[in-house]
Amino acid sequence: MKRIALALLASFAFAATTAHAVEYGEVQPDKSRIAFDYQQMGVAMQGTFGKFASALRFDPAAPQTASARIEVELASVDTGSEEGDDEVARKTWFDTKGFPVARFESSTVKPLGGNQYEVAGKLTIKGTTKDVVVPATFTPQGGSGVFEGALTIRRGDFSIGEGAWKAFDVVANDVVIRFRITAAAR
Amino acid sequence: MDTHYTATAKLLHWLIALMIFGMLGFGFYMTGLDLSPTKLELYSWHKWAGVTVFLLVLVRLAWRIGHRPPALPAHMPAIERLAAHAGHHLLYLLMLAIPLSGWLMSSAKGFQTVWFGVLPLPDLLAKDKALGNLLETVHVALNFTLIAVLLGHVGAALKHHFIDRDDVLTRMLPRRRG
Ligand code: HEM
Ligand code: HEM
Repeated sequence: MKRIALALLASFAFAATTAHAVEYGEVQPDKSRIAFDYQQMGVAMQGTFGKFASALRFDPAAPQTASARIEVELASVDTGSEEGDDEVARKTWFDTKGFPVARFESSTVKPLGGNQYEVAGKLTIKGTTKDVVVPATFTPQGGSGVFEGALTIRRGDFSIGEGAWKAFDVVANDVVIRFRITAAAR
Repeated sequence: MDTHYTATAKLLHWLIALMIFGMLGFGFYMTGLDLSPTKLELYSWHKWAGVTVFLLVLVRLAWRIGHRPPALPAHMPAIERLAAHAGHHLLYLLMLAIPLSGWLMSSAKGFQTVWFGVLPLPDLLAKDKALGNLLETVHVALNFTLIAVLLGHVGAALKHHFIDRDDVLTRMLPRRRG
């Protein structure tokens, strides 16, 4: 009797581990990157954020249960020039003193087939929260998985660039946020 | 042999001279501004105008190769002839090197040059902050060199006109009628 119970327990445990065979969650910051593209005087420009923290849970077998939370330290911005970095920290841009962190928090993850997913969630920058839908891909790579995607936001929606910068003729309204987050299987 | 520069050479000399004086003033003015949309706009205009100067200088050099300038006045001692030739070579060199350094600087800083917002110039250098700052120093140093050489150039032109009383200045000026 005891042996049967043990065997049952063992098989349950086995079933449980196979259902969650791989859950990706151990984010590897050195293999992750958050960048942004925008247009300045009609010229394509790029910038990056050096510091961000992400908490992920993703099981390819059960994508609906996945969740993601990404917090970007806005003061870690690299616009390509020191003058630019100082400028975007100001009140008219990110106001990094008042709002040091931009946050994305997923609510639902919808598989679109293949390695494509649609991640819905809330994006908060400078005190404004917007619902966003982010198309993303997942690619297993050795013992880890790579999440990649891009999201276009309008900086005006989040009051990024006020005052003299409010017009979009010099710095365009659209900003593409591109991310690549690598997480090891747990 | 004609004692004047060709009309084309004169036109290009004075057009480019005017543009370069404008570029120098413009350059020092814009770099002193606080960052603003206006500053970014002015930087773009500086780059576009600078590329235009560069193209005009290429046209000027092509013309110069096909049209020898009038001979220098016979009274000039060898040392002055040498100084005149060296000075003119240096001016041509700077007229090419300054816009080139500006373009490479922009490229290294990650600010591509798109001529008048229409024609993208290739980025010959990958984004590299340290290199960008170095090229900025080069751009500025070349500009100061240009200013020094120009002081000599204008001084020499005035000396020829008012002290030597030869035709070196007038042959670069429009022909007098009559
Ligand atoms: C005949 C051509 C040119 C002249 C006489 C000229 C002159 C100048 C001068 C006087 C400055 C200010 C130097 C300082 O104090 O920083 C400057 C800055 C600058 N120039 Fe030019 N320039 C020329 C062409 C170009 C071109 C073709 C480009 C780019 C495509 C360019 C890009 C820049 C940039 C980006 C700066 C600002 C550097 C900074 O941030 O301090 N320039 N230029
Ligand atoms: C940015 C400003 C200028 C540049 C880059 C420049 C450049 C040059 C160059 C390269 C030449 C040699 C032409 C040749 O023989 O191939 C030349 C000739 C000449 N320039 Fe300028 N120049 C400038 C401004 C001026 C100014 C302001 C004056 C007037 C005072 C002037 C007076 C002359 C004269 C008189 C000649 C003829 C010299 C001769 O007969 O051999 N230039 N210039």
